[in-house]
Amino acid sequence: MSDATEALAAFRAEISAWISDNCPAALLGRPMDESAIVWGGRNWTFADDDQRLWLDRAISRGLTAPRWPVEYGGAGLSRAQEKIYREEMARIGAPPPLESFGLWMLGPALLEFGNPAQKAEHLPSITRGEIRWCQGYSEPGAGSDLANVQTRAEDMGDHWLVNGQKIWTSYADKADWIFALVRTDRDAPKHKGISFLLMDMETPGITTRPIRLISGKSPFCETFFDNVKVPKKNLVGELNRGWDIAKYLLTHEREMIGGGASGLLGGRSIGQILAAQDGNVLADPILRAEAMQAEVDALAFNLTMGRYKDQAEAGRGVGNASAMLKYYGTELNKRRYELLMATAGSDGLEWDGAHGGLAPEWLRTKANSIEGGTSEVMLDIIAKRVLEMPGQ
Amino acid sequence: MKDLTQSLLDTEDEVMLRDAARGFLADASPVAALRANRDAGRAHDPALWAEMAQMGWTGVLIPEDAGGADMGHRAAGILAEEMGRVLAASPYLSTAVIAASVLRQAGPRGMGALQAIAAGEATYALALDEGPKFAPAATALKAERQGNAFRLSGVKAFVPDGSTAGRVLLLARTSGMPGDTEGLTLFDIDADRAGLQRQALSTIDSRDHARLVFDGVAATGDDIIGDLDAGLAALRPGVQAGQAALAAELTGLAGGAAAITLGYLKERKQFDRTIGSFQALQHRAAHLWSEIEVTLSAIANAGRVLDATPDDAALAVSLAKARAAQTAKLAVSEAVQMHGGIGMTDAYDIGFFMKRARVGAEWLGDYGHHAAIIAAARGF
Repeated sequence: MSDATEALAAFRAEISAWISDNCPAALLGRPMDESAIVWGGRNWTFADDDQRLWLDRAISRGLTAPRWPVEYGGAGLSRAQEKIYREEMARIGAPPPLESFGLWMLGPALLEFGNPAQKAEHLPSITRGEIRWCQGYSEPGAGSDLANVQTRAEDMGDHWLVNGQKIWTSYADKADWIFALVRTDRDAPKHKGISFLLMDMETPGITTRPIRLISGKSPFCETFFDNVKVPKKNLVGELNRGWDIAKYLLTHEREMIGGGASGLLGGRSIGQILAAQDGNVLADPILRAEAMQAEVDALAFNLTMGRYKDQAEAGRGVGNASAMLKYYGTELNKRRYELLMATAGSDGLEWDGAHGGLAPEWLRTKANSIEGGTSEVMLDIIAKRVLEMPGQ
Repeated sequence: MKDLTQSLLDTEDEVMLRDAARGFLADASPVAALRANRDAGRAHDPALWAEMAQMGWTGVLIPEDAGGADMGHRAAGILAEEMGRVLAASPYLSTAVIAASVLRQAGPRGMGALQAIAAGEATYALALDEGPKFAPAATALKAERQGNAFRLSGVKAFVPDGSTAGRVLLLARTSGMPGDTEGLTLFDIDADRAGLQRQALSTIDSRDHARLVFDGVAATGDDIIGDLDAGLAALRPGVQAGQAALAAELTGLAGGAAAITLGYLKERKQFDRTIGSFQALQHRAAHLWSEIEVTLSAIANAGRVLDATPDDAALAVSLAKARAAQTAKLAVSEAVQMHGGIGMTDAYDIGFFMKRARVGAEWLGDYGHHAAIIAAARGF
């Protein structure tokens, strides 16, 4: 074994022991439904003391943000160490101590584009789960055409004055702060007049309203900004260069959404799930053929996610090809839920029936190929950036 | 440094192999060569085969002590992929992949044959199918026992490389009934043996395929590979290696057809616009690229699994072949459609890709055959 391999093996033993020693036993192997997720924030209430204890201990070890620098509350792990940490967490069945848009999105953006004061102000409160963030990107007129942001921030000398509306803001009604794309130059070409702004949701003039989806209740909200005064220091990166930050984060988001597709069925094959249903639905030759096809494609797609991950870890970027993961993974997930519904028959038609929750999940998958860039936008990206096909 | 043989990425050696293969094949065996051979009525090009032997490709799966390069199944797949890109026609799959993998398991009996393959001196055909679908257990061709000798009688309907190969690997029934997986025996015989009639088939892919008629062909126990009545076991390493490499060829073919089509989309003008600027075509091209990317992972995986755990490779191999058959079909269908009228002309190359894809989809098991294996392996 090389020194590096030995060091990683030692790290695995150490982190594995730490997780086993510190994660309360009651949390191990608990199904990861919405109630099991710890989002944190000013108004957060823990489901039980075990959740609080696990979060406190993870914070003390920097493990809410494994790869962030120690000075901001991270653990300063390398990519290889982080992978081992996640593998051991999964193996032991320990839940993530904290999830949040701050950890997933804002943190990486601040680490890349933020100034020292912004990092010092915001990163520690994210790692400690004290501030819950939401993302304000989409607007009624800026969906797939995200750069068509109309919410405007005017320079009033000592502050920004924000007016406009965001939509599809996940958990805006529960979040403490929002990071948003705002228009700061109305005369510039649309990609060049956008800035990245941080706002406290308690600021007067910000209101939210939840959105009900075809699948029922949802975390999505509309967020309204009416003469909201925002301190000048809350602009991240350069003025009018917010699109660079947005693009950087969208790549993250795409990998997450596409990557999530394989895990949604808990690692079980579509065939295994169907075969376990009553009445051997797979005796129907047409459903059986569709299930086989879905299985073939899912197996090959999972291998592809592994290959892309290895490529990223080998230091060779995946780049725009990540659009393929998002496209393929979400379309595949929709197919699988169509199959589950078809095989459940009338048992799957109640909101809360024998297949409890299947119908809303099926409906919710229809958004997979819309959110984070539609399948059509992903195909555009592949055509233009990967295949270098000519513009209109 | 991560050990890339544990991942689906090409290692440095594999990147070099791929580049070298692509460079050589572009010169030595472009699609134009297939066309010229077809027009000359020639299905096998001995000069090309000799060059492949010189580069070590015929010995890609043959141990070094038998004169091979022993590069493994992932490497064999990379070569097949590159051959597929340009439709290079040779007995590579039948000989260097299938026969070599079978003979490698045959102990001292196989040594001489392996040396002859590695040296480029021997070519093989695998005579399996008697009906229109891949079904080894359905073998009816009889090997009647007479003392230590056998008399082979029956018909093999579709034998790739069957009219030109010097030797034939033949699955024959020594006991039981067609459909039984027991009672089959694998023979390795000279293709010139008395009573063996080889009828070349004129197939759509312009390659060598033949119907082999056995009329009391004499064989002995020395001709048997593996054990009497255990022919399927002796055959398995060859069939799996062949399926994986054929899948690689088909995926390379899909990539080749897609590349030609992409080039055409960027150059062809209609309605005063480059047709590649139409979003309808961009999305179809992007979807095709996505399917090829996903299939390439299954190809790399099959090679890696065959190299690491060959006895446990059925799922990986069938996944590769099932995906490759479908991806190649999509690629050639889209290619012809996006070319429009010129894609239908014989003068243009793209049709050759479509025809080879159809042959490759059938040989060694079609999509349904492999999807059923996958379903069984995945518990349904």
